[in-house]
Amino acid sequence: MSTDRRDAAILAEGVRKHYPGRGAALDGLDLAVAPGTVHGLLGPNGAGKTTAVRILATLVRLDGGSARVAGCDVASDPARVRARIGLAGQHAALDEVLSGRQNLEMFARLHHLRARAARRRAGALLERFDLEAAADRPVRNYSGGMRRRLDLAVSLIRGADVLFLDEPSTGLDPRSRNEVWNAVRELAASGTTVLLTTQYLEEADRLCSRISLMDRGRVVAEGSPSELKARVGGSRLEVAVPAGRDLAAAAGSISAALCAAPEIDPAARRISAPVRGGVGALGRLARTLDEAGLQADDVSLRRPDLDDVFLRLTAGPIREGKGR
Amino acid sequence: MSAPTVVAASRSSRLAWAAADTWVVARRHLWHLLRRPDELLGTLMIPVLAVAMFGFVFGDALGAAMAVPGTEYREFLLPGLFALTMAFGIGNTTIATAADVRGGVLDRMRSLPMSPVAFLAGRSLADVLVALVELAILMGLGVLFGWQWHSGPGPVLAALALLILLRAACSWVGILLGLLVSGPEAAMKYFALVFPLAMVADTVVPTHLMPGWLAGPAGWNPLSATVVAIRDLFGNPAGPSASWVADHAVPMAVAWPLAITALCLPLALARLRGLAR
Ligand SMILES: Nc1ncnc2c1ncn2[C@@H]1O[C@H](COP(=O)(O)OP(=O)(O)OP(=O)(O)O)[C@@H](O)[C@H]1O
Ligand SMILES: [Mg+2]
Repeated sequence: MSTDRRDAAILAEGVRKHYPGRGAALDGLDLAVAPGTVHGLLGPNGAGKTTAVRILATLVRLDGGSARVAGCDVASDPARVRARIGLAGQHAALDEVLSGRQNLEMFARLHHLRARAARRRAGALLERFDLEAAADRPVRNYSGGMRRRLDLAVSLIRGADVLFLDEPSTGLDPRSRNEVWNAVRELAASGTTVLLTTQYLEEADRLCSRISLMDRGRVVAEGSPSELKARVGGSRLEVAVPAGRDLAAAAGSISAALCAAPEIDPAARRISAPVRGGVGALGRLARTLDEAGLQADDVSLRRPDLDDVFLRLTAGPIREGKGR
Repeated sequence: MSAPTVVAASRSSRLAWAAADTWVVARRHLWHLLRRPDELLGTLMIPVLAVAMFGFVFGDALGAAMAVPGTEYREFLLPGLFALTMAFGIGNTTIATAADVRGGVLDRMRSLPMSPVAFLAGRSLADVLVALVELAILMGLGVLFGWQWHSGPGPVLAALALLILLRAACSWVGILLGLLVSGPEAAMKYFALVFPLAMVADTVVPTHLMPGWLAGPAGWNPLSATVVAIRDLFGNPAGPSASWVADHAVPMAVAWPLAITALCLPLALARLRGLAR
């Protein structure tokens, strides 16, 4: 399934961004997000996720390529784009001196809601994000999680067609994270397109119907979470070799049983190998392990998760200062 | 929970929206002041201390140099301090604007369908409203220190209008600087630069007592035009009028702020747009 480019709610084609003296932050980014879906943007630190979001939200001008959001061109028609988007940036963009309620009411007024509607909207969002008790305290006394929740609430003031969330659940406790996930799901169900960046692969797995994996300013893999997992192979066997047993010998017998090259981590005394050949292979494996004197509780079978996808397909964090 | 829908602003109502946005932004800054009244006190500290220092510590000496008694020097001094307070506002505006750029509130506002000029105009409007409060406090203190006006309500209001006009111009200077500096810390370090602007003018020391090479620039300092004009409007004593500016003080007190605003406002707007790079 690939998104039809003509009805994409977010469409980026060959987007380039160059910060003076830093190389390319975006180096031909392609992205197509179907309306009403949640799309994840994953990638190591410095991959260009925030830059992509800021360009799509009209905060930063692109140097090359083109991008359309909700049918409007971000370069030639930023005002129309702004009327249709919501944005919660990587760092909370709140007035620290004002209270949570005052923040919400102010941004609601700047969204051109009338005074009464702004008040009502602020009250509803405070309730939804469990901020009523702190509503009239200055934001600078909020905890990190409360700040994030308020920031998200501000981005939801208006029923935006397209919502950008840059690491929406960073720093949230599990309950607040669930709250955010539910909000995102509800929004998508009501037709909002959500583009979110995240470092939590579980979040991407559970929330996103499609994921673009970014590295060094471009998309290196794209697909549904299960498609991406399939790309890095099937299940893997992991064996913890107890101290006192010969690591190399255990690896040798595992290799023979599975007909696959195992990966050995000597420090953790772990051996892992892809499992192919179904139940027959597992039978052989059980016998081999038994002969090698390894207990079953040292052995686990693991389906690949997005961590594997991430580690396999990206090159790790980008060091600042090195020319790229 | 359903999100409210917003009526798209028509072209004709754009100006009305810009005005409404400006008021929302200005109200934000006024809320700040209500939550942190000590900031206002901080701003007033300089002129109040200046009244104490120049008025009472050096007052008799300066008065003697001008061949007037100390009480009359204080009548001369207060209008200078009013204008000086307006100029010192540049520091606050610069720091607050730089902090907004840093803090991300500006980014959020830029992603909203609000008018970009409102972000700047709201700041300027708030500055002017706060300046009215500052002037009211200073004039009250001035009366306690033996200052008074000797003219009717018309000239007094005109003097206030000139001061507010000066503050508006200083506000646009501060906004532009705030958008240019790298952050609020840098803005604080540049704050000292306001001193020569505020002092090398016909504010606390009459220009004819300055070294000759300073008297010229001091006379052409935008502050001097305002100070000379309001001394006249309040009916307070002035130094001997020697310069062309002093002879045309009122028109110059209008022209200077307008020219400064006409220069800084478009530059600030351009800089705001340039933040998107
Ligand atoms: N304003 C800026 N000026 C100069 N360079 C920038 C600027 N913003 C980002 N960069 C550079 O662009 C590259 C991409 O940054 P970006 O913030 O988009 O990464 P990211 O994927 O969001 O990373 P993270 O996961 O750490 O948030 C980095 O090398 C960064 O240093
Ligand atoms: Mg980022």
